[in-house]
Amino acid sequence: MAGIPHEPYVPKTRIEKWLQTRLPVVGLLYDTLMIPTPKNLNWMWIWGIILTFCLALQIVTGIMLAMHYTPHVDQAFASVEHIMRNVNGGYMLRYLHQNGASLFFVAVYLHIFRGLYYGSYKSPREVTWIIGMMIYLAMMATAFMGYVLPWGQMSFWGATVITGLFGAIPGIGPDIQTWLLGGPAVDNATLNRFFSLHYLLPFVIAGLVIVHIWAFHTTGNNNPTGVDVRRDDIATVKKDTVPFWPYFVIKDLFALAVILAVFFAIVGFMPNYLGHPDNYIPADPLATPAHIVPEWYFLPFYAILRAFTDDVWIVGLTNILTFGIVDAKFFGVLAMFGAIAVMALAPWLDTSRVRSGRYRPMFKWWFWLFVVNFVVLTWVGAMPAEGIYPYIALLGSAYWFGYFLVILPLLGVIERPLPRPKTIEEDFNAHYGPAKPATTTLEKPGGAVQPAE
Amino acid sequence: MMFKRTLLALSCAAALAALSAPMTRAAGGYKLVEDVEFSFEGPFGSFDRMQLQRGLQVFQEVCAGCHGIQFLAFRNLGDPGGPELPEEQIKAFMAEYYPDVFDPELDDYRATRLSDSFPANVDAGAPDLSLMAKARSGFHGPYGTGINQFFRGIGGPEYIYSLLTGYTGEEKEEASAYLYENTAFEGNWISMSPPLYGDDVDYMDGTEPTIEQHAKDVAAFLMWVAEPKMMARKDSGLTAVLFLIFLSVLLFYTNKQLWASVKNKKKVEAA
Repeated sequence: MAGIPHEPYVPKTRIEKWLQTRLPVVGLLYDTLMIPTPKNLNWMWIWGIILTFCLALQIVTGIMLAMHYTPHVDQAFASVEHIMRNVNGGYMLRYLHQNGASLFFVAVYLHIFRGLYYGSYKSPREVTWIIGMMIYLAMMATAFMGYVLPWGQMSFWGATVITGLFGAIPGIGPDIQTWLLGGPAVDNATLNRFFSLHYLLPFVIAGLVIVHIWAFHTTGNNNPTGVDVRRDDIATVKKDTVPFWPYFVIKDLFALAVILAVFFAIVGFMPNYLGHPDNYIPADPLATPAHIVPEWYFLPFYAILRAFTDDVWIVGLTNILTFGIVDAKFFGVLAMFGAIAVMALAPWLDTSRVRSGRYRPMFKWWFWLFVVNFVVLTWVGAMPAEGIYPYIALLGSAYWFGYFLVILPLLGVIERPLPRPKTIEEDFNAHYGPAKPATTTLEKPGGAVQPAE
Repeated sequence: MMFKRTLLALSCAAALAALSAPMTRAAGGYKLVEDVEFSFEGPFGSFDRMQLQRGLQVFQEVCAGCHGIQFLAFRNLGDPGGPELPEEQIKAFMAEYYPDVFDPELDDYRATRLSDSFPANVDAGAPDLSLMAKARSGFHGPYGTGINQFFRGIGGPEYIYSLLTGYTGEEKEEASAYLYENTAFEGNWISMSPPLYGDDVDYMDGTEPTIEQHAKDVAAFLMWVAEPKMMARKDSGLTAVLFLIFLSVLLFYTNKQLWASVKNKKKVEAA
């Protein structure tokens, strides 16, 4: 693997030597775990490990749940209750899995925001970013299909609404919808294929995660300064980095333990906090719930989907320009997927050469506004589409697109970035002082302490 | 440093706001749900065994006329963390109220076993009550912070209590069906006639039989029916949280020790 130079793996025991010449798996593990990691990474760099843990948690609990679950419209709801009541520890398995999805999305959003703030998407990490976006899309598909499986009211009607989005595609839409559902409406065929895909996709995600990690192990981690690790030789690399094991493994495990304490408090004491009460009512195709609300992690995009109604001028204009092919419904669908597409294109939309938002005085404000906007969209997505809410949703959607399509390209031209530290070492020493002489035999102690900011 | 902190703080705020967002759904109409202090609320709350037994009695003598609880097995009545009836009492209960069940495999009726579930009851068109305490949310809040949930739950049993005590006495006939005004019910007109009168269930343990007491007891019972493993779940949660806090402390010091050689302990003042 290409990447930052570091000390190669040297097999020591006979069995290691024997294995290394046949299957260098220990060497691969060594290279992965000992990757030189910028020593100035802050607490926003923990989410990768949290996400890996979430994936493992979901796969392990999911496999066990699948042993007791019955994907049939007549039995799915009862089989979930069977898990809750009769399977040993089943109530914990199911609540862990259900709330694990929420932890997964909390972590992925913070991970994405981290990337957006510190410019982790910029060259040379575009491929890492794109793969990350693919993981995020696969996560959303998996979570959506998983929510259908208990076959409660929200499962059924959520599936009806979301697959209906594909029906909005002009011409071929209804055919695609029928193909997705396996019939004219959400029914047993839908439940079966969703179960099958819900089981499959996590393994696709696992594969993508490996590629994601491979990609950033090639480029090296970004860091809060956005300054590259010096790669001249191993001695120089060591001034900027520490090996991932044990330094960041222990740090990340500490963060994981703290987060899991909160997570288990939610699972143990209020496991239905993030769920919807209607999903404890068995699915009934004849009774539509008063408010069909997706899970919280879809709400920002649900808000964008609903924001573009007939009376918005851009929708009307598009409708006329496309001779009525793109109507309000299809426009909303395009906007929802477009919102993720523009985020995926951030590496090419952001024209600034400075990676880290820390040294971008104007960018900072727009970024925090983007975060606030995300929260507002989440909130408005949970509101009924009436009164003032559609206007807020429209404003929020406009800012979402404006951020990526206008602000990021423009800022790179008009903004004057602050001076950046020359090296990671300089930044690190500015915060913590130079390393103690006793522990750093390779370098001379006591470089001048320079404030980085 | 400052921005790192702000990033963390704001992300936490964002996460919290996102978490509390689904809680702010509009209730619609006037739906009065009264908060009731139940013994099983909060991280350390547990079911009151006597209350569950009284609730079972109310359910059986009043609700069971029209409603079923088909996800509950008779043996569950003896499970720890529930009404904990002794086996003879469960058998006596079965013999009195449910001596036979229909067995689809035999295509005939046979004597009820402990492993059988309460039979489904759909003749009156009334909903099954197995999960009613989780399928209704009485309140979300206070006003969307979500912390209330931690201590008081989502208000399912409170909703049941409020519904049972929320009849105003008004009734009307609509499309040859009687509707009864109820302050807790969505839309305020419910087709269920007032089920509790106060003197229709006599408690054996001397608790005073009032409408409020009956409603409270049956609401608690239905919460248990919806979540019979609640006590075990809270135990697991508490064990896990305590263990993880302990682990966090150990890892915190491990991490500090580990990084001490990399970081100079004394922080240099950032300009």
